[in-house]
Amino acid sequence: MNVLSAIGETLVLIGAFFYVLSALGLIRMPDVYNRMQTATKSATLGSLGVLTGVGLWAVGDGLSWAWLTKSIVIALFLLLTNPIAAHALIRAAYKSGIPLWEGSVVDKYREHIEAKEKASEGGGEE
Amino acid sequence: MEEASKVSRYLYTAIVLFLIWLFLTASLDPQELAIGAVMSIVVAAFSYELFTTRGLGNLHPRRVAYAIAYIPYFLWAMIMANLDVAYRVLHPKRPINPGIVECKTVLETGAGKLALANSITLTPGTITLDIDGDKYFIHWIDVKDSSVEGASQNITRPFEKFLKVIFG
Amino acid sequence: MIGVNVYLALIAIATLLSMYRMFRGPTTPDRLVAVDIMTTITTGLMVLFALYYKRIIFLDVALVYAILAFGGVIAFARYLEGGL
Repeated sequence: MNVLSAIGETLVLIGAFFYVLSALGLIRMPDVYNRMQTATKSATLGSLGVLTGVGLWAVGDGLSWAWLTKSIVIALFLLLTNPIAAHALIRAAYKSGIPLWEGSVVDKYREHIEAKEKASEGGGEE
Repeated sequence: MEEASKVSRYLYTAIVLFLIWLFLTASLDPQELAIGAVMSIVVAAFSYELFTTRGLGNLHPRRVAYAIAYIPYFLWAMIMANLDVAYRVLHPKRPINPGIVECKTVLETGAGKLALANSITLTPGTITLDIDGDKYFIHWIDVKDSSVEGASQNITRPFEKFLKVIFG
Repeated sequence: MIGVNVYLALIAIATLLSMYRMFRGPTTPDRLVAVDIMTTITTGLMVLFALYYKRIIFLDVALVYAILAFGGVIAFARYLEGGL
């Protein structure tokens, strides 16, 4: 049973490391879009590590199996909802007019929005 | 995509709810099982219209096999993505080259598009900004190819061959 | 092995760093991203505390907290977009 505890503890360590990494990305990146890139991914993987790690560790320590299944449910929930929250936030940032970083190379979304507005104006005149 | 019959959708919802109940309680005590079964049947009666459009068709063996094969592939892509992010964050020169590109997808169902958008967000250097029909607008931290075909080849193709079977 | 205290310290460092971005962030979406990351980290912290005190009920607290935080972030994002 101690093998399980060791695996779980290692997973928790890796997850905590990714938490620190996501916070570092939050500080180092130049604009809100790149911050979201680094922060969301690392925080989600960190949560997966910590949650499954705690589940395995608890089972290895002789606690009940409910620890593992419950933490897996929480991990799946986070895996499903974190990208959705990130997507809602990045679209809100774009719609509220935050400019891209000056080093950005291409912005297809603005072209798409402008083309769409032009089409709807043309349709309105007829 | 036409909807499956009501009975099949209802049964699928009840089965999924009961599985969640099993995971949350983690006990095989007959009393717990009985109350879980009753509650999932009652809740499914209220929620099956919102929950699924394809019902038991989701449990087709081919789909389940592809879904199981997708899990390790996705986890591997996610770990690679995070090592990539770690490299970009810890590198003193901060090697990024960001931009918003457009991708086309071949998926048609809503659930498939959601799964693809979530997978894109969690894998290397890409995050979904908006979806309009079959067009994905993706913020890419290191733009290698800004044309529509090139970006689709790089970003959406690897996932689509799994998701097309699972959801498509 | 290393022990729970080290992991709690790492998570505290991560929370402090993202709190810096929350206070410093030049725009509102910056602060919101920081809050989103902090809620994710806090969920992990609650689960770790559950193990520390060996109380399984804290896992339920973490689950409910994750659900509420998700709803809150979505509501704020919709508000910023102007479509609440």
